[in-house]
Amino acid sequence: MTTTVATRPRRPVKDPAAAGRGVYVILFVIILFSIFPLYWSLVVSSRDQSAVSNYPPPLVPGGNLWDNLSTAFEQGKFGLALTNSVIVAGTITVAVVFTSTLAGFAFAKLAFRGRNALFTSVVATMLVPTQLSIIPLYIMVTQWFGWANDLRGVILPALMSAFGVFFMRQYLSSAMPTELLEAGRVDGASTARIYWSVVLPVARPGAAVLGLLTFITYWNDLFWPLILLNTQNPTVQVAIANTASGIEVDYSLVLAGTVIATFPMLLVFLLLGRQIIGGIMQGAVKG
Amino acid sequence: MTADLDHRGAPPGQTRRRPPGQASPHRQAWRSRLYRLDVKGSPYLYIFPFFGLFAVFGLFPLIYTAVISTTSWSPRRPGSEDTSVGLENYQNLLGDENFHNALLNTFGIGLVSTVPQLLLALGIAHLLNYKLRGRLFLRMGVLVPYITSVAAVALIFNQMFARDFGLLNWFLQPFIENPIDWRAEKWSSWLAVSAMVTWHWTGYNALIYLAAMQTVPYELYESASIDGASKWQQFWHVTIPSLRPTIIFTVVVSTIGALQLFAEPFLFDTTRNNNGGSERQFQTVVLYLYQQFWTNGRYGYGAAIAWTLFLVTVVVALANFLLVRRIRSAED
Repeated sequence: MTTTVATRPRRPVKDPAAAGRGVYVILFVIILFSIFPLYWSLVVSSRDQSAVSNYPPPLVPGGNLWDNLSTAFEQGKFGLALTNSVIVAGTITVAVVFTSTLAGFAFAKLAFRGRNALFTSVVATMLVPTQLSIIPLYIMVTQWFGWANDLRGVILPALMSAFGVFFMRQYLSSAMPTELLEAGRVDGASTARIYWSVVLPVARPGAAVLGLLTFITYWNDLFWPLILLNTQNPTVQVAIANTASGIEVDYSLVLAGTVIATFPMLLVFLLLGRQIIGGIMQGAVKG
Repeated sequence: MTADLDHRGAPPGQTRRRPPGQASPHRQAWRSRLYRLDVKGSPYLYIFPFFGLFAVFGLFPLIYTAVISTTSWSPRRPGSEDTSVGLENYQNLLGDENFHNALLNTFGIGLVSTVPQLLLALGIAHLLNYKLRGRLFLRMGVLVPYITSVAAVALIFNQMFARDFGLLNWFLQPFIENPIDWRAEKWSSWLAVSAMVTWHWTGYNALIYLAAMQTVPYELYESASIDGASKWQQFWHVTIPSLRPTIIFTVVVSTIGALQLFAEPFLFDTTRNNNGGSERQFQTVVLYLYQQFWTNGRYGYGAAIAWTLFLVTVVVALANFLLVRRIRSAED
């Protein structure tokens, strides 16, 4: 390889990654597209209904934002909805991180009979989306447990995640040195002891990222809460879905609702964007 | 990478030096047995929470759906859950025009959303793979739509695609005579729903492709460029083949997602009768399932739709896998 390069006249090979101005321009246009709908929701929710119905439509925010936000907040029961969403997404996140870290550790670092077959079956379960099981789930949760319109019913079916197990296994098999485990064994520590004092500290960064991704997913989930919860006890997504029905839709209020629902996630994203992006890219590499 | 700990790790009773004056042989044997039990048994304990929960809330409902699909169960007719109808629901489904229509819509919207979405994502990932200033900012900008909930996306796009006073019709005003009623036709409603899906997922897929691109060894590009390959040829002959496993992964995942499409068409029809447009222009299979189950209270028929969709999903995922696998791999 070196000889080939040496015998040729050495052309200045350009830095592989040096981006020209054109690359920046295209990327900025793409980002404009990806931000514009959110900006538009802000514009619409800061105007009243009649202003939005004008031609040409206004392209800059007006002065009605707080009015619309507070009207939407009361009409859509957003105080309760936000609390419910925090409870639902928070509980699910803690549970998913817990079950995934345990199973991920076992799959990454422990030897046991049937490990590969079991892990394959974890991946295969990703083929079974909840949408297909809603009828029995609904019967179980409402008739057998009696949890219609109850947050526990929203939470319970989501306590485990095949993606989570997969993610933690990938993370631990590269982040966790096997020598640490062996050292623990030699010292006579039980597996549980090793899990607590060796695995968990190492797993923490990966677990945090998995937690973030899980929280975002369940904050944004609509299908199952929509079926289980009524308008009096909604999550945020159910609340905004409820505002937008009927023949005459007042978009300034509807989009004020979406602003309320999206804002907390945007804040999380601004603060922890680096970790979220890292998590998505990490989960992908060996996918 | 994984160590076979029960072979390499030292069971205390055998190789570990016993501290003098501790543990009688009897107790030693007991501890050794405990140790073996721990090493052999505890892995199952650790994977149990996942598999236990999955058995109850994943596997059982899937099987129970199959059982329900052979009944005429409706909450409106007491006792109907015990009325077996055999495979009648499936027979009816085969002849159900609304189901055929829902399948057509699902595949149509799926195609119009998945293909551009993944191609765009490839292009964006390629751009993001350059050495850039403000990398984090650019990546975050691309990922913003993913953070937005599907419901919010649908509602915002609802306004943009409104017939009267919608943003898009205003932009198109100079080119068209009458404002387009996006919900009214199959093609236009498919476009609108696909736009929502594409906007939401493109950035996410771009980051997944980017992650894969970063693992392509630079030497491959170097030798290609020494051989006189243009940038475009490098993209086709180095990048794409190296990305093969990732492309398979994203195609399969987006296809499964497209077959489950619900929230966008559900919210796009503001009447909330779950018809997916006045003539069911954009009623997807899951929206039809929801309508049968929720609006019409037909549990048995809904369950038959769910199982049929499950089978369709498995077949399509496999077909996809086989098809995309034909991309030449980097090793060939």
